[in-house]
Amino acid sequence: MSDSIIKGKVFVLGDNIDTDQIIPAQYLNLVPTIPAEYKKLGSYALCGLPESHTTAYVEKGKEETEFPIIIGGTNFGCGSSREHAPISLGAAGCKAVIAMSFARIFFRNCIATGELYPIEAETQLNASLKTGEEVELDIKELTLKRLSTGEIFRLKNLGGVKDVIDSGGIFNYARKSGMI
Amino acid sequence: MGMTITEKILAKAAGKTECAPGDNVWVSADILMTHDVCGPGTIGVFKREFGADAKVWDREKIVIIPDHYIFTADEKCHRNVDALRSFVKEQNLPYFYDPGTESYSGVCHVTLPEKGHCRPGEILFGTDSHTCTHGAFGEFATGIGNTDAGFVMGTGKLLIKVPASMKFVVDGRLPAHVTAKDLILRIIGELGVDGATYCAMEFAGEAISALCMDERMTICNMAIEAGAKNGIIAADAQALEFVRARTNKPFSCFESDKDAKYNSVHRYNGGKLEPVVAMPHSPDKVKTVREMKGYKIDRSYIGSCTGGKITDYILAANILKSKKVKVDTFIIPATVAVAKALETETAGGISLLKVFQDAGCKIFPPSCAACLGGPEDTHGRCNNDETCVSTTNRNFPGRMGSKGSKTILASPLTAAASAITGELTDPREFMG
Repeated sequence: MSDSIIKGKVFVLGDNIDTDQIIPAQYLNLVPTIPAEYKKLGSYALCGLPESHTTAYVEKGKEETEFPIIIGGTNFGCGSSREHAPISLGAAGCKAVIAMSFARIFFRNCIATGELYPIEAETQLNASLKTGEEVELDIKELTLKRLSTGEIFRLKNLGGVKDVIDSGGIFNYARKSGMI
Repeated sequence: MGMTITEKILAKAAGKTECAPGDNVWVSADILMTHDVCGPGTIGVFKREFGADAKVWDREKIVIIPDHYIFTADEKCHRNVDALRSFVKEQNLPYFYDPGTESYSGVCHVTLPEKGHCRPGEILFGTDSHTCTHGAFGEFATGIGNTDAGFVMGTGKLLIKVPASMKFVVDGRLPAHVTAKDLILRIIGELGVDGATYCAMEFAGEAISALCMDERMTICNMAIEAGAKNGIIAADAQALEFVRARTNKPFSCFESDKDAKYNSVHRYNGGKLEPVVAMPHSPDKVKTVREMKGYKIDRSYIGSCTGGKITDYILAANILKSKKVKVDTFIIPATVAVAKALETETAGGISLLKVFQDAGCKIFPPSCAACLGGPEDTHGRCNNDETCVSTTNRNFPGRMGSKGSKTILASPLTAAASAITGELTDPREFMG
């Protein structure tokens, strides 16, 4: 993944979105390295959210989402080490999750797989943005622009991990830098 | 400058004399564990990156323990175990606990120490977030994803950020009605589910030393529920005796220096703790059982890596002996060894198995079962919006099955006492 501008609708969530909500355990019989099952994982992304969420992340019968950017609160991706979580989001077409903070293993799995950018926000964006709003994410400039008003939100620096995601994950990065 | 036990183990594994929080170091793995849910994907990554004919970095250091989806009719689940079988055969791996055979064991985190794969001072990576359990043996153990595991499988190495440490000192002794589960829930309740993110949680003090290995495992097991990278307890004479009875391999022990630096130090008076529960839907929604007395439940569940060890069943049986359960109560031992011990261990002179049968519990063979929901035909799964008091580790929405189901995390004592009454009940009501 190396596009530095990502444009599209946001999907807004609260705090502590755990891996059971991102991909419920009954779908862990799918193996992410089998291409057809990778796509299938995408169709189930975030289907474990409670019924109070009226908008589905991926519409029933579809494999891809109309929301390339997820806005979370604190501790996004807590719970299991299942890599199926970032993979299901990536397979559905999510390009970035912007949250106040991330759980450690989820963050690491995003980087290792290169599936999506896990970016920390400087302000609590899930209070400012609503699901469906159009935004423009600039990975280089670390900004998120609300397109209807032009309002700009600052994001935190990805540091060393950006190179790993840009390379397409830990293996490509390790090869590029001569580690393996 | 002094170092913590976690820093010392990581420094040794990186071939360095010292390291500090925030350093990124390449460490050598001593054990890589995977199971049926993440194993096939890990193998897929390994083959994609190292080639179809590639060999694992060290066949003696890979342990494969199918445990999640064992007793289900789901064909993909069977296919996944078959994928592990072919890989084990192809790579000639010596440590494989195959379902349906004499070697089947059950839940990976209870199997690893039982079968001698846990040793002080080592680095253990596992494709499961509860791999932090094994810090109870004085080692660095942490959960990783399939891609990192595929990397370890091929190279034996992984890039790790050295975590800052938080210290939890528990003085005194836990009363008979308070278990390790109550202690760790209390700590998570105070820290919050992200209170230890990226950190090592180090446990020490008289009350910790007094705990048996099963109980120490329960504490380290739930470090991840506070967001920690690892939980750890320095090995003492009891830990060494346990380890040496199960492995001949050499190892080295580490402990924190007196002047080691901690992000924070938390002190508890063990004698003052009381039974607690974590209410739906978060492990940090911790209340005393007394406060929640009378809260109706539909089900009680005693099992998993957190609460399905023999010590958990001894605790539960001492509450359930000569009693009848009022709600569906599931007994799903973590491993075959635990299931066998239910026949030999006794409460009030009666085998635990008979205590549970006489009480009207439903007893199923060892596996992860409904701890994480799983396929719809999983033993004990909440398919109908039940409220379940459970000795497991996590209670986010839908964790044990249907989206409308609710999980209340509790000790085996509280789960057993609540099974008798059909509502949350402080175990002291059934303890002389």
